[in-house]
Amino acid sequence: MALKHQPVVIKLCLLTAAMFGFGYALVPLYDVFCDLTGLNGKTSTMAATAEAAIPDEDRQVLIEFIARPNNNMPWVFEPVVHKMRVHPGEIHRIDYLAHNITGRSMTAQAVPSVSPGQAALYFNKMECFCFTQQHLTAGQQLLMPLQFYVDPALPEQFSTITLSYTLYEVDAVAPVTAETATGDNNE
Amino acid sequence: MSTVTTDPHAHAEHEHHGPAKGLKRWLYTTNHKDIGTLYLLFSLLMFFIGGAMAMVIRAELFQPGLQIVEPNFFNQMTTVHGLIMVFGAVMPAFTGLANWLIPMMIGAPDMALPRMNNWSFWILPFAFSILLASLFMEGGGPSFGWTFYAPLSTTYSNDSTALFVFSVHIMGISSIMGAINVIVTIMNLRAPGMTYMKMPLFVWTWFITAYLLIAVMPVLAGVVTMVLTDKYFGTSFFDAAGGGDPVLFQHIFWFFGHPEVYIMILPAFGIISSIVPTFSRKPLFGYASMVYATSSIALLSFLVWAHHMFTTGMPVAAELFFMYCTMLIAVPTGVKVFNWVATMWRGAMTFEVPMMFSLAFIVLFTIGGFSGLMLAITPADFQYHDTYFVVAHFHYVLVTGAVFSIMAAAYYWLPKWTGHMYDETLGQWHFWCSLISVNVLFFPMHFVGLAGMPRRIPDYALQFADFNALISIGGFAFGLSQLLFVWLVVKCIKGGEKATDQVWEGAEGLEWTIASPAPYHSFSTPPEIK
Repeated sequence: MALKHQPVVIKLCLLTAAMFGFGYALVPLYDVFCDLTGLNGKTSTMAATAEAAIPDEDRQVLIEFIARPNNNMPWVFEPVVHKMRVHPGEIHRIDYLAHNITGRSMTAQAVPSVSPGQAALYFNKMECFCFTQQHLTAGQQLLMPLQFYVDPALPEQFSTITLSYTLYEVDAVAPVTAETATGDNNE
Repeated sequence: MSTVTTDPHAHAEHEHHGPAKGLKRWLYTTNHKDIGTLYLLFSLLMFFIGGAMAMVIRAELFQPGLQIVEPNFFNQMTTVHGLIMVFGAVMPAFTGLANWLIPMMIGAPDMALPRMNNWSFWILPFAFSILLASLFMEGGGPSFGWTFYAPLSTTYSNDSTALFVFSVHIMGISSIMGAINVIVTIMNLRAPGMTYMKMPLFVWTWFITAYLLIAVMPVLAGVVTMVLTDKYFGTSFFDAAGGGDPVLFQHIFWFFGHPEVYIMILPAFGIISSIVPTFSRKPLFGYASMVYATSSIALLSFLVWAHHMFTTGMPVAAELFFMYCTMLIAVPTGVKVFNWVATMWRGAMTFEVPMMFSLAFIVLFTIGGFSGLMLAITPADFQYHDTYFVVAHFHYVLVTGAVFSIMAAAYYWLPKWTGHMYDETLGQWHFWCSLISVNVLFFPMHFVGLAGMPRRIPDYALQFADFNALISIGGFAFGLSQLLFVWLVVKCIKGGEKATDQVWEGAEGLEWTIASPAPYHSFSTPPEIK
């Protein structure tokens, strides 16, 4: 390589490496961006406190609860109540039923998602089974609590909030998917 | 740029003889013309392999119902067809043209980094062998679409994904090396007096394309690596169970993917900007505005990626932002189209094959641009998303756009490469057969798409049957027409009327001042540009 090419080549290689890094940097950037905007409907994984909430009696918001076990997750998992009308600021508590119908002990993690996504910023959970993993022995049933309130600052355009939980098996994610993937593609 | 005069010593060992004989010439070559030829032939081969897959797709879709292939194989065909055409046909063809033409256009003796040039070509056959070999694996090759959305490519794919990932890595390394080479060549090897604003537009557009490649190919490498680690090494970038997000995949992919479509069209703009003035016998209208328009398209291409994702549930504000940015791209693109038309205005025009392909490019690429504008309208996109309307759109910009420009370039510079004029009659046959069949092939796709036919599905509802039969006939005709091109190229290499140095009456530029065929070493002493 002629010497005069070297500085340009080095700069371009650095730029290449930087852009490779930028691809990975998009992952945390996306998370931060979503935290700030509620873009992907992710709710906070931290318990909220309710100090500032004064119930807004003039307004009602419909909350819908959806729960489903992920593919290949053999538990029964459903909310006890499927929908309720709440006043923003009021604290409510509902239960979700989890039933391990298999013959072995399993650990699960519920992952929440709120739709419409921007409402996620205003849906506050004071207590949630999704903050921790759930361990159920063979055949065990459990009522899991969720305590929440809707922030009264919720913009006017939202009259319905859908809270969806997907339940994943924690310890066996990788092997199960690999197995089913080969099965699917072989037809 | 007086430094250029010292550079030919880098190639001192080559100066006294022509190319080596036999296979070794091609394996060991560091000559930009040899490597350009290799790239172009490789891309032609890939064009036919990818085209054969398109024929399988059109044969299956000739009638409703499943008759020829299984759905899983159909999906592999759509996936690998896309990958081969994007990374194997269009991109290497442009790199081949860059290799052949950039040194001749700027008065350089060769590319700046000839050994890396050899590498960047010779890793490509391995990449595509790996990709094509994966089709023969148990469970078949990649079948998740060329966009390899997670979780299709992570949770639901088979082990051919690993081969897919490695082949994309190799393609990416090849493109990045090619891009570095182009930038260094243009920055350091211009002949004395060849200022940036005197460079032919093909050189300019490639200069900008090369920066786009360096900016986004590493991001593609990153996202395929994330797919690989998600699938095999327990990471959860795109897996909600582990705290990831599948929509993140689409953001990263399209952050690469949208500049990628400009990588495939900016060099085409450069080609058309070279050909139209020649056959209009007038200088290009608005040279400087062409340079600025190309740069602004390149910059804007980083701000529009999410228009591929309008239906993922983005906030309205984001959808509007991406909609307006996308529409903004129509402005510099319009500047280009108007400049080409203004170049032809009151020109002494003739209609040789390169000009015919360029004219078809201007009209048909603009149609593709318009359907792109329709897709950019967020509320309308909810109807068009993932239908054949999208397929029609990107085939208008990539086949009648990128591929037609490559055809135009091949006809335009073939006499310079081979020293012989091509067979004009055969070329006109190739052009008219391609023009008619390509419109029979892609135009009705707009209609079936608007009527709701989804893409990437091997079967369809009965009401789409007539249009699909017509589309398939157009597809077969377009595929067969390209055999005329191979015949013509072979004929032109073997012999034909001797081409003059200038070849075309109205041609201007350094490459037309050297002999036809271009000698193995050109501009060993740099020319003086006034």
